[in-house]
Amino acid sequence: MEENMKDIILEYVIEEYCDEEDDDVTYDTPLISGGLVDSFSMVSLKRFLENKYKISIPDADASPEAFDTVNSIEELVKRFL
Amino acid sequence: MSNIGSYEERLKNFDWSIAEKELGYKDGDNINIGWYCSDRICQLGKADKLALIWEGLGEKEKQYTFNDVRLRSNTIASFLKDLGIQTGDRVCLFMDKIPELYIGFLGILKLGAVAQPLFSAFGDESLHVRLDNAETTAIITQRKHVSKVRKILDKMPYLKHIILVDYDGSKPLREREIAFNMDEAEQVEKFEVAPTKAESHSVLHYTSGTTGQPKGVKHVHYSLISQYLTTKWVLDLQDDDIYWCTADPGWVTGTSYGIIGPWSIGITQCVLDTGFSAENWYKFIQKRKITMWYSAPTAIRSLMKAGEDSVKQFDLSSLRHLASVGEPLNAEAVIWSEKVFGKPFLDTYWQTETGSMMLTNYPGMKIKPGSMGKPFPGIIATVLDTKTYEPINETGKPGLIGFKPGWPAMMRTYWRNEETYQKKFENGWYLPGDRAYIDNDGYYWFIGRDDDVINTGGHLVSPFEVESALLEHEAVAESAVVAKPDEVNMEVVKAFVTLKPGFVADDDMELKIMNFIRKKLSPLAMPQEIEYRDSLPKTRSGKIMRRVLHAEEWGEEIGDISTLEDD
Repeated sequence: MEENMKDIILEYVIEEYCDEEDDDVTYDTPLISGGLVDSFSMVSLKRFLENKYKISIPDADASPEAFDTVNSIEELVKRFL
Repeated sequence: MSNIGSYEERLKNFDWSIAEKELGYKDGDNINIGWYCSDRICQLGKADKLALIWEGLGEKEKQYTFNDVRLRSNTIASFLKDLGIQTGDRVCLFMDKIPELYIGFLGILKLGAVAQPLFSAFGDESLHVRLDNAETTAIITQRKHVSKVRKILDKMPYLKHIILVDYDGSKPLREREIAFNMDEAEQVEKFEVAPTKAESHSVLHYTSGTTGQPKGVKHVHYSLISQYLTTKWVLDLQDDDIYWCTADPGWVTGTSYGIIGPWSIGITQCVLDTGFSAENWYKFIQKRKITMWYSAPTAIRSLMKAGEDSVKQFDLSSLRHLASVGEPLNAEAVIWSEKVFGKPFLDTYWQTETGSMMLTNYPGMKIKPGSMGKPFPGIIATVLDTKTYEPINETGKPGLIGFKPGWPAMMRTYWRNEETYQKKFENGWYLPGDRAYIDNDGYYWFIGRDDDVINTGGHLVSPFEVESALLEHEAVAESAVVAKPDEVNMEVVKAFVTLKPGFVADDDMELKIMNFIRKKLSPLAMPQEIEYRDSLPKTRSGKIMRRVLHAEEWGEEIGDISTLEDD
């Protein structure tokens, strides 16, 4: 289940925010601080997670740090499942 | 002692010739920003001084002296010349904040071509509209962004060259593409800098308006005069400063004060080319010992959100002066910065069209948190009556900000759109499109925009552009776009849509539409919220009444709705 969630998030991030030159994106790749996902785009990523997992992530918890890697995103999602 | 000394004294004795003399420029001389920011600094004995300290992801670092900048900008200029790029040709810079962007900017200017910087997060449509308007001859970009250029290439016969600065040979180059490696190319010691004059076209920045397509703001080499002096007096840059301007040169702050201002004075500047996080930024200030920091309200409010504890983990004692630009800096942010950094962020007000700072707070001047400050010496400013366009003499009464035309960095026109340019003037005043009032002490206070343009995170987004793009989505029948209040970004984009029959108005559709706009235009233009409606408010003639939705969103009076069609 956990691996599955990580893979789903990773796949979505690669599909939506990365291009062909952004190879080697992994569970630990810094997305926000690495500049792959900007703070505006983070809103759409949050919306994806909320739709996919039928949760509501309060804005106060949707910090750049919480969204910085697939690993940290998974931790965040699990808190609200 | 600050560079400006006494603001009041400067007002008494001001003339732009102060900057001309310091720069060794006389009326009629050649003036080339590229030369002033590199060759001249070397001639002043600073060839070995660091001009740029660049840091990318994983603390990857590059450093360039002013002599390196001189040589590399020569090399880029020479490369472009060999490609056949000529004086006045538009050359687009479409890159992340990498050294090639900063130095390439100077190279384009040295050649006498026009630098057209564009924000690298733009989607293919935003890119196409701007390249098409400018009929850009060449674009300098990176592998990670070239796919957007390739997608629209067939529609751009005028675009002759796509220059890749990080080509690694792993995949073949495609039509019109050519590789150029700035650091590895044989450096050109001597390049005959184009003999540009004060009114020669230098930079073409694009900005959004309420209606119509984005406008190309034409700047000239003489802009250097006010960019140099405002940098010196407001940002107070001194010889041993380490300067950090957080703006992206895809926008005007990143060129006026992220390239031209500091380098024309010969200052060492740092660039951090990673995404935002409070920890990253504080770490960068600590590591690079930044002394002067020019940032934006959105970033400052994000730092506030991260909390004071994160500040305490770092030694930020190198900071001696802070300033802000992009949108009005709220009083809370000024007070907070004074508390946690020991000094306030000084707000500066200007825009793409003005090219340099207009109303600002100054070192040594009493700061009123939340105020825009006072006019820069040489700038004749006022607040105008909204109907007669006569200056309002009564303090505290709101009106439109107006500036007397004639400062050096003022735009010369909108590219191929003189008609819209002329509409920016009333009764002899240039109108930047903002409302304000002046208090008893002569300080200006921002009230709001005078049009529907959305200021999100300090960047202007045209509601028209987003509405048009929304209509290109297969599910959207009608659209209206307004600003929505936002704690961090001041405003964000909100869209109201009606859907075509057969499409379901649910959360998944909202996400699809959001992502559609993000990729087509840019993340800034992506609606942060989409509200489905059965119908949108329209006039009897069928025009969507955006202001009704705006008023609803901001909890304001809707005003006259006599032209609203009946349900």
